[in-house]
Amino acid sequence: MNKKIYITGIGMISAIGDNVEQTLLAVAKGKSGIGELDNIITRHRNEIPIGEVKHTNEELIKMIGLHVDTIITRTTLLGMLAAKEAMVWAGIKDVNEYRTGIISATSVGGMSMTENYFKDFLDVEKSGGWLKYIETHDCGDSTEVIAKYLGIKDHISTISTACSSSANSIMLGARLIKNNIVDRVVVGGTDSLSKFTINGFMTLMILDKEQCKPFDAERKGLNLGEGAGFIVLESERAAEGKEILCELSGYGNSNDAYHQTASSPTGEGAYLAMQKAFKISGLKPEDIDYINAHGTGTEVNDMSEGTAIERIFGNKVPRISSTKAFTGHTLGACGGIEAVLSVLAIKYNMVYPSLNHINQMSELNFTPTKTLTTDKPINNVLSNSFGFGGNSSALIFSRH
Amino acid sequence: MEAFIKGIGIVSPQKTFNTHEFLTELKEYNTNSLRCVEPVYTEFLNPVLARRMGRTVKMGIAASSVCLKDSGVEMPDAIITGTALGCHEDTEKFLLAIIDNDEQFLTPTSFMQSTHNTVSSQIALQLKCMNYNFTYVHKGFSFESAVLDGLMTLEDSDAKNVLVGGHDEMTDRHFTITQRAGFWKQENVATMDIVNSKTPGSVSGEGAAFFMLSNEESDKNYAKLRAVKMIFNPGSEDEIENGITDLLYEKGLTTDDIDCVIYGISGDVRFDNSYYDIQKTLFNTNTAAYFKHLSGEYQTSSCFALWEAAMILKTQTIPKSILIGENKKKHIKNVLIYNNYMNTYHTVFLLSQC
Repeated sequence: MNKKIYITGIGMISAIGDNVEQTLLAVAKGKSGIGELDNIITRHRNEIPIGEVKHTNEELIKMIGLHVDTIITRTTLLGMLAAKEAMVWAGIKDVNEYRTGIISATSVGGMSMTENYFKDFLDVEKSGGWLKYIETHDCGDSTEVIAKYLGIKDHISTISTACSSSANSIMLGARLIKNNIVDRVVVGGTDSLSKFTINGFMTLMILDKEQCKPFDAERKGLNLGEGAGFIVLESERAAEGKEILCELSGYGNSNDAYHQTASSPTGEGAYLAMQKAFKISGLKPEDIDYINAHGTGTEVNDMSEGTAIERIFGNKVPRISSTKAFTGHTLGACGGIEAVLSVLAIKYNMVYPSLNHINQMSELNFTPTKTLTTDKPINNVLSNSFGFGGNSSALIFSRH
Repeated sequence: MEAFIKGIGIVSPQKTFNTHEFLTELKEYNTNSLRCVEPVYTEFLNPVLARRMGRTVKMGIAASSVCLKDSGVEMPDAIITGTALGCHEDTEKFLLAIIDNDEQFLTPTSFMQSTHNTVSSQIALQLKCMNYNFTYVHKGFSFESAVLDGLMTLEDSDAKNVLVGGHDEMTDRHFTITQRAGFWKQENVATMDIVNSKTPGSVSGEGAAFFMLSNEESDKNYAKLRAVKMIFNPGSEDEIENGITDLLYEKGLTTDDIDCVIYGISGDVRFDNSYYDIQKTLFNTNTAAYFKHLSGEYQTSSCFALWEAAMILKTQTIPKSILIGENKKKHIKNVLIYNNYMNTYHTVFLLSQC
C-alpha cells in the first residue's frame, strides 16, 4: 500500500476565474470573486454577496462547444470545463491507454434546474422539452455527462458528503489506484448555486451579509459560491515520463458525530481526519508549510477547526489561510477547488492571503497569513474540508 | 478483497425486518408502486426525532440498528452508504416550501435533513462513531460503490467490521414525476405476474438494507462476499458476458460452479433482454432466481438481492416465490447476482458459502 499517487493535471472554474491561469491572476491581484448575484432570480439577491461564476448557462454551453439546445445542468457545465482542463493538463490523449476512472462529487446535482420546473413536472397537463430535466436531477447525472465528454468509462462514481464531498472523491481516487482498481482517475467535484441552497443556508442563519472574514473575531458567517475543481491522479506506472505537479501523500476521513449541521467545539472529527492523513503520509506536523483551511467564516467552523489545528500543531501552526474569501464556499466543489489551489501553492511556493481578516480571535493563538507570500519553499500542504453530518476530511499534498 | 457478511438488517416491501425468516410469508401486491412494510420506529429512535425524520432516514436507521444487533458489533470501523436520491422527502418538502412561500417563512429542519449523507451521519451520531464515514450517490451504482469501498476498507486499513448499506425511498410526487419520464408500468401488476408482464416500465420499489462486512470468521456468518463489479453503459452483450466470465476466472471458478444466479428481472420489456441473453449464453443450465417482483425497481435495489443471496447460502434453500423454473442443486456453494438498472448500470456480485 506504499504506492505513490502522482498529480499530473489540475483544472478549476470559480468566481475568480474560468481556469487555472485566470485564477492565478486573480490571486496575484488579491481580487475576490464575491459580489452580486446575476444568474439566479431570488428575493435574497440584494441581501447576500455570493461567489458566482459570471457566465450564463448559454455562455458556458458555448465555451464547451455544445449545441445551444443541449439539455444540461449548470453543475455539469462547470464540471465539464474544470475536468477537461485537468485532462488536457495531464496530457491524456488516449483514455484507453490505462484503466481510467472518474469520481466526482456534488451536493445538489441538478437542483438548479429541478427547482425551476418542479411544479411543471408535477402538472401532467403541461409538457415540453424541459421534461428531460427530470433525469438530470440525480447527483450522478453530472458525473456521467462529464465522463462521456472525456471518454471515461472504466470506473465511475459520485460522492455526496456535503461540503467534504470532493475532498472525499480525491481520497477515494487515491485508494482506487492503491487497490489496483484503476491506473489513473480524474477526481474532484462540481456544484452550481441554486435557490434551494441559498434558502437553505438563509434558514440556518450562517450567511454573512458582507464579505466573509474567515478566522476573524468579528466573523459573521460564510458566503456561498459555485464552481468546480478537478485533479488527475496517476499511478507511478501511468505517470511515467510525465511532468509530476506534486504527490497526494496523505488523506484522512472521520466523523465528528456531534450534530447534524454544527461542528463540535473541540473539532474532534477534524482532529482525527488530520491525524489519519499524517499517519498515511508518514509526515509530521512540523513538515507542513501551509494549511489551506476549510475556514468558512462561520462562528462554529472557524472555532472548531482552529481548535483542532492547535491540538495538532500546538503553538507551531504553520502559515494558514482560507481561500473562501476569494471563491465563496463552493460546497461539494470546495475540496476539489482547494486541492487545485494547494497544488499551485507547491508549484509556485505560494501562500494565499486570507482576505478580510482584521481582528485576532481571542480563542486561538495563530493568525492567518494576510498577504500573498512567496518567500519560502512550500513542500507540504494540508487541506481541510468539513461538511454537514460531521463528515471531516483532510488531504496532504507534497512536493515530488 | 473478500469479506464475510456477519449481520443484516433490511426494510423492504416484504416482511424482512428484524427476522431470520426467509420469505416464509409472502406479501403479494397488485400495483405499479411497492412501498415498504415499515417497522415501528419508536423501538429504534426517540419519538421526537422520529417525527422529524424523513422515511428513508428512519428506514435506514432501523435497518442499520438491526444489522448491528444481528452481527453483535457495537462500534463499526466504518459506515458507508449508497443512495441515489438521498433524502428525497425532505428535499421535496423544502423545495415546495421555497416555491409556495416565495422564499419566505422557511424553517431549516427539512433542509438540514435533505443532504444525501443524512443516513450515514445520523447512524454515526447515534453510535457516536467517529470512524470513516462515506456516502455514494451514483444512480444504479450507489450501493455497489459502497460495497466496493467496504471491501477496500477491510483491505487497506485496520478495520475489522464495516457497516455498508443501501437505501432509497419513493414518494408520491417522485412517482408522478418519474412516471412522466416513462420509468414505471402504466398498469397494476400482481407480484407473481411481474416476471412475465412484458410491458414497458417496471414496478417501482424502495428499501433500506445494511450489511456488516467483516474479516473475522464466525459460525454465525451468512456468507462470503467475494466480489462486486460495475459495468457502465456497455456497448454490447459481449461486454457484460466478458465482465462476468473475467470475474469468475479471477476467482478460479467457471459458470458451472455457480449454483444459483439471481437476476434483476424487473418485468420491463425494454431492459429484461440482457438477463435472458446472459442466462442463455452463460448460465443455461444453472438454477435461476429473481428479486425485483418483491423489492420493486429502484437504484439501490441490489441491496435486496444481496440479502436474498446471503439468505440462500445461509439457509441452503431457495423459496419458490423467487425461483424461475426449478432448483437443480441440493448444496448451494456459489451464488451470482446479475443486475442492471435501466440497462445502463450493470452490476455483478459473487457470494460463496462460508
